[in-house]
Amino acid sequence: MTLLRLEQVTRSVQLPDASPLEILKGVDLEVNVGDHVSIVGRSGSGKSTLLNLLGLLDNPTSGEIFFDDEPVRHLRSGKRDRKRGSDIGFIFQQFNLLPGRTALENVVTPLLYAPGAQFWRRTSLAKEMLDRVGLSARMDSMPDKLSGGEQQRVAIARALVRRPRLILADEPTGALDIETGESVMALLDEVAEQSGAALITITHDANVAALARRHYRLDSGVLSPVDVTKVLELAAPEVTL
Amino acid sequence: MSGFFAGLVGAVVEAWAELRIHRTRVLLSLIGVAVAVAAITSVVGVGSLAEQAQRELNERSGGRPALLAVSAYSDTGTIDAEDFQAAFDVAVERYSIDYTSRNGYGGRTVQFADGATEVGIITSDIDYAVMHRTKVAEGHWFTEQDENRLAPAVIINDEMWKRLGSPPLSSHPVVEFTGQSDIVAVITGVMPPQLYQEGYYEVRMLPSAWERIATPEELEMNTPSYEMWVPPALAEELTELLKRDVAGALGEGALVDVYRQDYEAQLGGEDPYQSLKLVIGGVAALVLFLGALSLVNISLVTVKQRIREIGIRRSFGATAGRVFFAVMMESLVGTIVAGFVGVIVAFFVVTNPWVVDNVAQGVEDLPALPIEAAIIGMIAATAVGALAGLLPALVAVRVKVIDAIRY
Repeated sequence: MTLLRLEQVTRSVQLPDASPLEILKGVDLEVNVGDHVSIVGRSGSGKSTLLNLLGLLDNPTSGEIFFDDEPVRHLRSGKRDRKRGSDIGFIFQQFNLLPGRTALENVVTPLLYAPGAQFWRRTSLAKEMLDRVGLSARMDSMPDKLSGGEQQRVAIARALVRRPRLILADEPTGALDIETGESVMALLDEVAEQSGAALITITHDANVAALARRHYRLDSGVLSPVDVTKVLELAAPEVTL
Repeated sequence: MSGFFAGLVGAVVEAWAELRIHRTRVLLSLIGVAVAVAAITSVVGVGSLAEQAQRELNERSGGRPALLAVSAYSDTGTIDAEDFQAAFDVAVERYSIDYTSRNGYGGRTVQFADGATEVGIITSDIDYAVMHRTKVAEGHWFTEQDENRLAPAVIINDEMWKRLGSPPLSSHPVVEFTGQSDIVAVITGVMPPQLYQEGYYEVRMLPSAWERIATPEELEMNTPSYEMWVPPALAEELTELLKRDVAGALGEGALVDVYRQDYEAQLGGEDPYQSLKLVIGGVAALVLFLGALSLVNISLVTVKQRIREIGIRRSFGATAGRVFFAVMMESLVGTIVAGFVGVIVAFFVVTNPWVVDNVAQGVEDLPALPIEAAIIGMIAATAVGALAGLLPALVAVRVKVIDAIRY
């Protein structure tokens, strides 16, 4: 079943005193429920712009994005925000935990925007999720008292606590050492699979990208599928964000 | 409905968490608001105390609004005091007037230990004290029992009390009037000291007591006048009715004058405290404006700092409305709490004995907390909170999410 579909999506921006700059060119992508897709690309290839579009944070200049086979272009701002909250979970390179709040409070935060039962059961749901990522002993720790790996686990728990159907991971291991990065990715993969969510990983790390089942490369705004062996070949230093 | 309720509670929980987490920053910024509200509330409160003090001072001399004075003359001779009294009593009965006083003047020689001196006598009824907010410094004002005393009860002024050696009233000191017949009166009260009364001696007594010691000539020479305390709304109508009724009862040749003698009437309907209020209002508005300005400033700076955090929240599904509401709530909740603290501080300032003694000495109806000041303080705090929250909230909803996250 198709969860997310991009059809001939373009995105361009108008630069002052210049012709429009086309960042994404005719992007086609189909992501199914439970899918695991990786996208690799150089810096400036349009990865952030694509992330904005996939996360319903921006609209394409042309083409169409379908979520659950429904076009999202004309969704009103509030409905689009609520859909993002309930169906999409974000994991960022720099973790982006809210400072001054414990691990538990960070995981509770998305549930503050949830309706009904999820909202009222927010603390117990957050505790369950932290338990699943192996952090039940660090619930009351502040982010600055956690290691990088632990912070990213909190971020994973926070992204998954509302049981999203799509997880967008933007350089999830970018700020971690190789060993920690591998364990975090293994956890992310496992938790996503258990919950049946689709996972899109945007990364420059070919080893991380290789964990996905389907692989894409974004080059100068053009998205094209690549073979896993090709991905591993791309694990060269020049493929960076 | 459940979703709406969860959203509302969620927004409040979020705002509270923000306040808790950023307590140092919030505390620092709200100190300014609390100080501004305390200042505006104190200024208004002290102003209303001063206004009340001024009002009561005016009421002591001219009487409380509306005080009607009734006097009668005759172009053919003198007015018979008894006829005047009867005509006045009928009118009082007819219009159900509760507070009246018959006032008159006289004089007598009093024998002091160091010689005899002429003193002024003022006669007035028991109700006079209520109508003029009259208070005695020692002893008590006239009561019903004083009407039946064999030795008249008198209240003397402070200057006379001092000349008598300031005897304690519990020792029932007396004053001796000399004249055609010597009369001994018991001092039951002493008036508070007044300015410019040095060497002036004054005795107050009930009209019934004066009638007993005065000669018929004295009574005829000094026709008493009457006062009544009536609701201000009825004053104008009663003035005409009393003129008509009392003049009618006194017969041909009698001229009856009824007029308002309280300070409000003398000012012709203008607010006597207008200029005081304007000055106080101006100072208070300036104080509040400065407080609001600093809060808006701090709020804007902190929202700039929190843009990344707002972006993260938006990625979790926080709607623009929700972010707007949370930032507004944070500001509003904070300033309302700060406003409340400011009002409490102002309460202690306004009710402080030192302040009261210096601003409103002798005020009879001292308000425990000038409600007007407290209301203005709280409204001001809420308005400042709304204003200070609005600008940052507008900035917050315009944030571009991914840009904000990478800020």
